[in-house]
Amino acid sequence: MEVAIETPDVETAPNRPGRFRTNLLPYALIGPSVVVIGGILAFPLGMLVWLSLQHYGLRELIQHSGTWAGLDNYRAIVVDPLFRQVIVRTLVFTFTSVALTLILSTLIALLLLKVRQVVRVLVMSALVFVWATPVVVSVDIWQWMFDYEFGVINYLLTQLHLGNFIHHNWFDDPLQGWLVFVVIVVWGAIPFVTILLFAALLQVPGDVVDAAHVDGAGPWSRFWFVTAPILKPVFLIVTSLSTIWDFGVFIQIYVLLNQRPSADYFTIGIYSFKESFGVAQYGLGATIAVLMVAILVIVTFLYVRETIQQAEIA
Amino acid sequence: MIAPGTVQGVGAARARSAAPAGVRLNLWQRSKQLVYDAAGIAVAAVMLFPIYWMVATAFKPGSDILRLTPKWFPAPLTLQNFQDAIARPFFLDDVRNSLVIVGVMLALAIAIAFLAAVGTARFGFKGRTAFLVMIIWVQMVPLTALIIPLYLMLDGIGQIDSLAGVIAVYLAVVLPFMIWTLRGFVANIPAELEESAMVDGSSRMGAFLRITFPLVGPGLVATAIFGFIQAWNEYIVAYVLLSSPNNQTLTVWLASFTTNHGPQWGPLMAGATITGLPVVAFFLFLQRYLVGGLTAGAVKG
Repeated sequence: MEVAIETPDVETAPNRPGRFRTNLLPYALIGPSVVVIGGILAFPLGMLVWLSLQHYGLRELIQHSGTWAGLDNYRAIVVDPLFRQVIVRTLVFTFTSVALTLILSTLIALLLLKVRQVVRVLVMSALVFVWATPVVVSVDIWQWMFDYEFGVINYLLTQLHLGNFIHHNWFDDPLQGWLVFVVIVVWGAIPFVTILLFAALLQVPGDVVDAAHVDGAGPWSRFWFVTAPILKPVFLIVTSLSTIWDFGVFIQIYVLLNQRPSADYFTIGIYSFKESFGVAQYGLGATIAVLMVAILVIVTFLYVRETIQQAEIA
Repeated sequence: MIAPGTVQGVGAARARSAAPAGVRLNLWQRSKQLVYDAAGIAVAAVMLFPIYWMVATAFKPGSDILRLTPKWFPAPLTLQNFQDAIARPFFLDDVRNSLVIVGVMLALAIAIAFLAAVGTARFGFKGRTAFLVMIIWVQMVPLTALIIPLYLMLDGIGQIDSLAGVIAVYLAVVLPFMIWTLRGFVANIPAELEESAMVDGSSRMGAFLRITFPLVGPGLVATAIFGFIQAWNEYIVAYVLLSSPNNQTLTVWLASFTTNHGPQWGPLMAGATITGLPVVAFFLFLQRYLVGGLTAGAVKG
């Protein structure tokens, strides 16, 4: 990647203009980063789009060059019933997980304001521990806890008389299997979102809430009309980040189902991965990945725009 | 990935307590407080239980693990599971690979990110805004989407199944966040400090090394730990790019634990504990920086 080197612009150089004989130093400083990020993130992104316009299978992989396909891959994907299923499923999963994460995290953050100091430290430590746990590790733990034979969850649910869960396999029925994945993803996402929301809650001025209280506002309207607007920027950030993460969910499903998920458990990320590395249809896989990024851009566009505007105001 | 500019000073502000000290609580307030505290403890217990269950299982003998009625506490304790996990093929190879990848990557990342942080925090130049926008934007692209072109790219230059390829990818993944955060740290140190050192006869480089560098130290540590955690935990890239088992990383080793011989829960949980341990340790260490400096730096932008 080339960086255009311009003549010194005194207006945009607030830091002691004219101190250096040349204006090349800042470019030399960011040069390595531009090369690495451009070469290893930006260039592959362009290559992904190019790949989606190619027939690129095993033969092309060996020859290191694809053959031009135009929009063939896109046409093939659009009429693929599995693709539509996978998209709807990924969106429903994302919406459910993000909504649950936000609701639970908000409740926990509000609760943290009310509890004693000792309890607050305890909850915060628990959140940090969960936050720090590597995803692959957490997937192994949940796999063990949801084990059909000796899993502690089947035991607990049976003991609580919520039904007979002895030797109950959660992954026979995809709906139940997805429920497990929602639990895993939400559990892993709660710490980050809760800690951010709690930090934001601390910035809500107490006297404003008290004033609303004096004016006769109930707890619900105090939250909705006083606290929530102040939390809005943080809500936007955590919503967009959670959407991006949950939409791209991969490891949880792929590792828990022992790297052989059935089509019932495909998310768009797994589908793209399977098309490429499973059946060596790199062109088709790239097409799905491009559509994945496109959907992500559409879904998070409003959030990202708002986030940028908020950042500019602040 | 943790977005820049979103982490606030958690400990900086004190929470408003529902019950100010010294005020006599009536029964109603007291029982309300009790309910809140109980709910808080329940939340902590539910969140922590999976982690507890991993550690407890790791220390149980096999006969205590495979029981229809679970044993809640690991007694008697055994280290057999840890021995089994470590004795499994390629464990030591993969620990070494993880350490090499993370170590080399971090050394490069710290140097490169620091240069860019100084460049964007201390200088105004054409393209600066474009560079910063690129850094934010590039973090939005999911790695799952990039893995196909990355694989073909590295395949084209013969870098599949080589640690160098993975190091390069991780480097690009952690750089944007590290640059953004370090930039905040450098920007927070007044340039006047350097200038006064220069007035006192120090060279520009000397002033930088003696004044700015030590002040950025905590920032370097904090961002390095972030980079460590991200690279240590990463799975997909390592799984795709490293094909031979003695070349893989610890997370790939752990993920493939159950596939070959069916689940062996004891050694698996021991392996998971070993994999998670350094991250938890580093993360707890990082908390101190999260509370203060990092946030101030990141938020200021």
